[in-house]
Amino acid sequence: MAEVLVIAAHPQLEQSRVTRQLMHAAAAADPARVELRDLYTLYPDYLIDLPAEQEALRQARLVVWLHPMQWYSMPPLMKLWLDEVFAFGWAYGRGGEALRGKDLWLAASTGGPEESYRPDGYNRYFFDAFLYPYEQTAALVGMRWLPPLVLHGAHRIDKGSLQSHAELFAGRLLQWPAWPEIEEMEPAPECEVPADARPETP
Amino acid sequence: MEHGATWIQSSLIYLGAAVLAVPLARLLGLGSIIGYLAAGIAIGPWGLGLVTDPAAMLEFAEFGVVLMLFLVGLELEPRRLWALRRPIFGWGTVQLFGSALLLTGAAVLAGVDWRLALVAGLGLAMSSTAIGLAVMNERNLMATTAGQSVLSVSLLQDIAAIPILAIVPLLVVGGAAEAGGGWLGAAKAFGVIAAIVFGGRLLIRPALRWIASSDTPEIFTATALLLVVATAALMQSVGLSMALGAFLAGVLLAESEYRRELETDIEPFKGLLLGLFFIAVGMSIDFGAVLAHPGRVAAIVATFLILKAIVLWLMARTMPIPPSERPVFVILLAQGGEFGFVVFQSAQGAGVLGAETASLLVAGVALSMLLTPLLLVLADRWWAAHLARHPNAPGLEEIHEQQQEPIIICGFGRYGQIVGRLINANGLSATVLDHSAETVEGLRRFGWPTFYGDATRLDLLRTAGADRARVIVVAIDDVDQSLKVVDLVQQHFSQATIVARARNATHWYGLNARGVKYIERETLDSALMSGRSVLELMGWQAHAARTQALRFRRHSIEILHQMAPHQGDQKKLISIAKLGRQQLEEVWSRERAERTSLAKRLRGGSAWSAEPEGDEDPIAD
Repeated sequence: MAEVLVIAAHPQLEQSRVTRQLMHAAAAADPARVELRDLYTLYPDYLIDLPAEQEALRQARLVVWLHPMQWYSMPPLMKLWLDEVFAFGWAYGRGGEALRGKDLWLAASTGGPEESYRPDGYNRYFFDAFLYPYEQTAALVGMRWLPPLVLHGAHRIDKGSLQSHAELFAGRLLQWPAWPEIEEMEPAPECEVPADARPETP
Repeated sequence: MEHGATWIQSSLIYLGAAVLAVPLARLLGLGSIIGYLAAGIAIGPWGLGLVTDPAAMLEFAEFGVVLMLFLVGLELEPRRLWALRRPIFGWGTVQLFGSALLLTGAAVLAGVDWRLALVAGLGLAMSSTAIGLAVMNERNLMATTAGQSVLSVSLLQDIAAIPILAIVPLLVVGGAAEAGGGWLGAAKAFGVIAAIVFGGRLLIRPALRWIASSDTPEIFTATALLLVVATAALMQSVGLSMALGAFLAGVLLAESEYRRELETDIEPFKGLLLGLFFIAVGMSIDFGAVLAHPGRVAAIVATFLILKAIVLWLMARTMPIPPSERPVFVILLAQGGEFGFVVFQSAQGAGVLGAETASLLVAGVALSMLLTPLLLVLADRWWAAHLARHPNAPGLEEIHEQQQEPIIICGFGRYGQIVGRLINANGLSATVLDHSAETVEGLRRFGWPTFYGDATRLDLLRTAGADRARVIVVAIDDVDQSLKVVDLVQQHFSQATIVARARNATHWYGLNARGVKYIERETLDSALMSGRSVLELMGWQAHAARTQALRFRRHSIEILHQMAPHQGDQKKLISIAKLGRQQLEEVWSRERAERTSLAKRLRGGSAWSAEPEGDEDPIAD
């Protein structure tokens, strides 16, 4: 159980370049500090071990989501992980404070180049626009949303740039929380869920 | 033993003859048995005359047969022996009495007195257990249908020898001999068998445990030998077959934890003594009798071989034995056997047979034993030629060319085939080994390159490429053989990862105890799929049913792991199983209750089903 928890998800790892390289980097770090949980290896049958996942989260102070963007979102097993692990009464809602005060950092990659994420590009929106659900997820469970690490044009990147990208990623895992941008950041916003938002379980 | 010859000298003669003749015979493709027999003829009274009293040696060397049957028994747990009861008593009886009847009839038709004909018929109907089982072992056919059938018939012959020997003295022409000890003898025999059964179950295992804990390997070996000798002596003292007693002791120890040690300890003794036995048979062929009446001996051998072969061929067709195994089955059981010697000797002693007739019959039996390996070689050649003529016919040669695939599948029945098809469809290739001739023939017909061979043999595994393989799939359905292969792989090919099929929980524990990581219980997943179907039919959402089945699967495997360290402690096992079941039921019933009440609230109080709901989270909607 480590302070930095990397939740990685890539459904076709054999076709991956960026995610795989970053996973290697995370796995190479000191396991006492960085724990890598590769969801598609742990749960090939999509049967997530809730207690194990929640325990790993409980121990962590920085949670990293490492995945490729798929249809402007996360891969399906990661979404299932989110649905099941960030449970009502545990992560949010009454008594749900397990994640409060932790940091959440996204390390994502996209197939499209950076210029496609512009009003005149084929993705029509700046990339940040696709991250509102992520930011709000973090806010609802009381986590601080760190500026994401995004690599665009993952298919075309040359070896050297990929290498330095992986080094940057690994370095950040080791340096946290001593990141320059963190010093200027405010704590996560409070999002109180009203008691009548959903029926109480007995 | 020869008068004046020292112990060293006779050892020199026997060992020298064997060491020279056996490799030579194997080199010529004739098999080791022919080598031993030839060595016996060479040193016997009709060869170089180095040994003049073969009968004494024969008596001593018969102990090799006893040891062999002990080993055969070790391979056969009571459960499997029970499963063989029909082949033993059914087909064994058909063979023995069918052959005896035909032989007696033929002799009577030839003008022989009926009593003499009956004794000759019964004696010649017997087959050589020693040669039969030794050939089966040498060719690795013990596990095939033919192998099991040869064993069954041999066992019945061993049993039947007792009453046959008892009635021989009654057939004295015009005389009325005493019939053994009557009721007293039967009671004694029964008592000895009971003593062996109960002793084997209750006394021997703790004794072995105690001796093994003394950590003196040679004393364990001595104990193993003592065990066999004592059983044999007990049986002999009441006039029962020593070999049968040893077999019984073997069966009783087949389930003990010392089975492998016993096997490895006894094996070399068996091999040497059996060799000595064949040498003694070779020495005791009375070429004088043969040369005096060459025509009559030839007629006897030919007649009884052909008549017995007819009975056996009909049996092989109706049992049925796969066509490829029939020649071996027929030839091995058509020959005469060592029990024939005993029958004729005791008949001569009782005065039923004249000395000349007895030595003619003994010579005939011995010649047929000499002929058997030769006939087998001929049959193999004929079979190979038959295959050459029909190139599409599946050949059943054992795997002999070195294979290189990274995956080996041992056992290619219902289970192995599915594994093989999945990996094959993914562009991987595997070397497939199966020991059933039928399976191999069938698969080859469907175009699967399958090798014929027993995966419990180290040399075959090596030829299959086990020392380079990355994965070895053990999909054999026989539990013992599966564990044997796992042991071999772990000992010799530790670079390979084992993926094993478990027949049942006990088998699972055995594999788990050996450190195998990838074990699947063969019925678990299919049963869970059926359970899923039932849940679906009862109204569960298909996906919810799948999730519950997968959760159940995980739970079941966890419980198995929890139980594994407590093997043998029945109480503890039951309590773990009960507790596990209880916990699962509690968790699930709590979940059901939560979901029902949630559904009620969401739907304004109409809990129409206890079915788990997926979309219970309004925020996520």
